[in-house]
This record gives sequence, structure tokens and C-alpha cells, in this order.
Amino acid sequence: MEIDNLVVRYGDKAAVDGLSLTVTVGTVTSVLGPNGAGKTTTVESCEGFRRPESGRVRVLGLDPIADHDELMPRIGVMLQEGGAWSGVRAVEMLRYVATLHSHPLEIPALVERLDLGSCGRTPYRRLSGGQKQRLSFALAIVGRPEVAFLDEPTTGLDPHGRREIWQLIRDLRDDGVTVVLTTHAMDEAEQLSDQVHVVSAGKVIASGTPDALTEHGAKSLEDVYLALTAPPKRERS
Amino acid sequence: MTTYAPQPGSAPWPRKVLAHSRMEFRLLIRNGEQLLLALVIPLGILLLLGGTGLGDRLPLGDGRAIDDAVPRVLALAVLSSSFTSLAIATGFERRYGVIKRLGASPLSRTGLLAGKIGAVLVVQVIQLAVLIGTGFALGWDPAGGFDAVFGVILMVLCGTAAFASLGLLMAGVLRAEATLAAANLLYLLLLVGGAVMTPVDEYPAGMQGVVRLLPSAALANGLANSTIEGVIPWAAALSLALWAGVLGYLVSRTFRWD
Repeated sequence: MEIDNLVVRYGDKAAVDGLSLTVTVGTVTSVLGPNGAGKTTTVESCEGFRRPESGRVRVLGLDPIADHDELMPRIGVMLQEGGAWSGVRAVEMLRYVATLHSHPLEIPALVERLDLGSCGRTPYRRLSGGQKQRLSFALAIVGRPEVAFLDEPTTGLDPHGRREIWQLIRDLRDDGVTVVLTTHAMDEAEQLSDQVHVVSAGKVIASGTPDALTEHGAKSLEDVYLALTAPPKRERS
Repeated sequence: MTTYAPQPGSAPWPRKVLAHSRMEFRLLIRNGEQLLLALVIPLGILLLLGGTGLGDRLPLGDGRAIDDAVPRVLALAVLSSSFTSLAIATGFERRYGVIKRLGASPLSRTGLLAGKIGAVLVVQVIQLAVLIGTGFALGWDPAGGFDAVFGVILMVLCGTAAFASLGLLMAGVLRAEATLAAANLLYLLLLVGGAVMTPVDEYPAGMQGVVRLLPSAALANGLANSTIEGVIPWAAALSLALWAGVLGYLVSRTFRWD
């Protein structure tokens, strides 16, 4: 995945302002940044939802807008929220999305792995936050994608649930899936990532492995992140 | 042991479209409000007009009340399934992120549209079966022959194209709640003021020129011409096709996939 000098504007405001980054195949790459930094817009440009004003985006060598129909079967997208009809049952939704793919994962195994069995017949609107999150994760990977975009995949999960998702992300990477993670959880990024990009004001302001960014563990990733993204101090009048 | 090794690919187009139609249909029949719009209201109006003598007191047309009522109730049914129901469902799909989710799936935009139209057509087959069956039970005596049957099918398809475009246009530019309100309001306005239940000639002279141009008038009058006179209503079909072309173009320019 290659993003070169990407600019995306909403009206006059540049949400992404000359951002460049590269994601290597078969790695877990985290995109970190404060709210409004341009993380989601960047990822949505890769998913074909945002049209760049300038710059170049290629995912698996394809243009997400021009090659939309060719790219979509090859990527999996986990939305931050929603993404299902309010009346659809959890496993019904999963089976439906699986039907859209040529070689989907086995539904029973995926349901068991993500602990969706107990709520399989529950309408989406009645699922708990954690259940919605796990279903959304399942929907992103059921089509056996080459690249999985996961937007805050553990928000709202209890500690056990988080650890299970972390292990699943490691398993995906070990099986050759490229994972792009946007998260606010620094421990998650530190534990899982092969590469971290910190985004602020629409640009990448730091990149590296967690080991390099934390100076071989001398600092925590959270401290590094806070120092990088600290708002400018107000001058006293 | 499950392997997650990538093996991506899209299912064949017909399978995706069928899966989407099936899903939309299943969700629709679980939704009481949608069923009310699609079946209960048209059926209730048909029973009132054709089974109680009320149809004889209202200006439905020049013939027997039941013969005038059935094609007009069929038009109302097409309006409810292809416009109101579709607009509201699509508006809330956007609100719930379903459009976005499916926009990032192998379904494709044409697949989503085809799947939606497929679900609407399945609903219409059920609507037509129930309403035509009820019409016959109430003594409906339509014109027979190829032209009448072809005319009804042509009107249903052209009407669906025009009104589905209107529904998608509304759902594409308005918020979900606004779509809900506006689709229901327009349904009621067209029912009363759009020559659905009453022929254009019954409207005040000053209104007739405008009412005649409405797609609802073309649909209802075209269906009435087919079932009462046994003709193929080419002019009404052309009017609906023009509406479908203009509205479809606007949908393609305004529909947002996020």
C-alpha cells in the first residue's frame, strides 16, 4: 500500500495535507494520531470512500476509486461503528457478507473464534457494544482479504476480549494478511505493530518500529506519542 | 485449525445480487411498518372501495367501482413498494452505515442497486397476487388479452423505475428522518392529489395540466387504460420512462455511498 503526498479536503479545510506512507505486505501497521488528525480520512481514501484532491493512493497496486470493483473483494474493512441493518441477526449478517465472496472463511469456526455463538440470533440493535465490535471484526475478515483495515478494533471490549482480538490480529499477520490498524490504544499499537506511523494535522510526523520509536523500550510508546502530538503551549499575554 | 491465509475473490454477480435481494426481502417482511405500507393499506383501500359500496360514491372513474378501483389500488401498491418503502429503507441503511459497509464489499454499486430492485419486484409480485386475487373475489371484470396483461406489466416496470429513482434520490440527499417524513408525506399527497385514486379529469380545470404530468397520474391512468380498455398505454410508459431517465440521472449525480 502506497500513499504519496495525499491531500483530501472537506470544504476549505484540509483533513489530510500532503501525507505519505508505505505499508509492507504481511505486516501489522498502526496509524496513530489525535482526533481529527486525518487517520480515518487517510484510511477511507485507501478504501475508496474519499476522493483525493491531489496525491496518489495505491492499494495492492490498484487505485481505490478507479479500480473500486477490482479492489473491494481483496480488502476487508472494519468500520468504527454501524455497518449492519438494525433488524438483521448477527450470524445472518455474517453469512450474507460471506456469500458476497468466493472463498469465505468457515462461518462456524469464525463464530466460535469471535464468541458470537451466544448472540447469533440476536438482532443487531440489541447486541452489546462488544458484540457489535466482534461482529464488525468478523465481517472485515470473513472474505479472506489480503489487506484488513481495522478501525479501533478493541474499543468497548473487556480485557479478555481485547487479548483475544490481539491474538487474532497476530494470527492474521502470521497467515500473510496485511493489517492496517487505526487506534488510540498505545499498548495495542506497541504490542501488535511491526510499523507505526504517527499522524498529526494531516501529515505523518513520525514513523518507525515500536522498538525504534521507544528507543528500545527506554520510553513507552504512549510517552513518545504524547511528546510528538502535544499541543503548542499558549503564550502568556 | 483455521487458516486466515488470503484467498480473496468476489462471488459471481448473480449470486451476490440474489443474496442481497433475499436479505432485503427478509428484513422487509420482519418490519411491520413496511408491511403496512406494502400490503395492509392498499388491501384495506381495495376492500373499502370494492366491498362496501364506498367506491360507488367516490369519483374513481366512469365504470363499475371495482373495475375502476383495482388498477388504481395497483398503482398505489407500486408507489408504496418502489418509492416510499425503498426510500425509507435506503435512508436508514445510510444512517446505520450499511451503504458504507456494502460500498467496501464485493457487492458493487450496480449489484446493490440490482439487489434492491430485485427485492422490490418480489414484493410487487406478492402485492399483485394478493390485490388481483382480492379484486376477482370482489367481482373485478378486467379487459382480457395480451395487450391488457402486457400493459399492466409494462406499467409496473416503468412505474417502478420512475418511483424507485425518486425514492433513491430522496434517500441520497436527505437525512434518514427527513426521508421518512418526506416519503410518507409525498405518498399521501400523491394518493390524494396525484391522480392515483381519482382520474385527472375529476380535478379542477386549473390543476389538470400539472396533475397530468405527474408520474403517479401516468402510472394510475396507464394501469386503468390497460385493465379497463385492454390497450397498451404507450404514452404513459413514455412519460414514466422520461421521469425515470431524469430522476435516475439525478440519483447518479447525488447518491452518496458513505
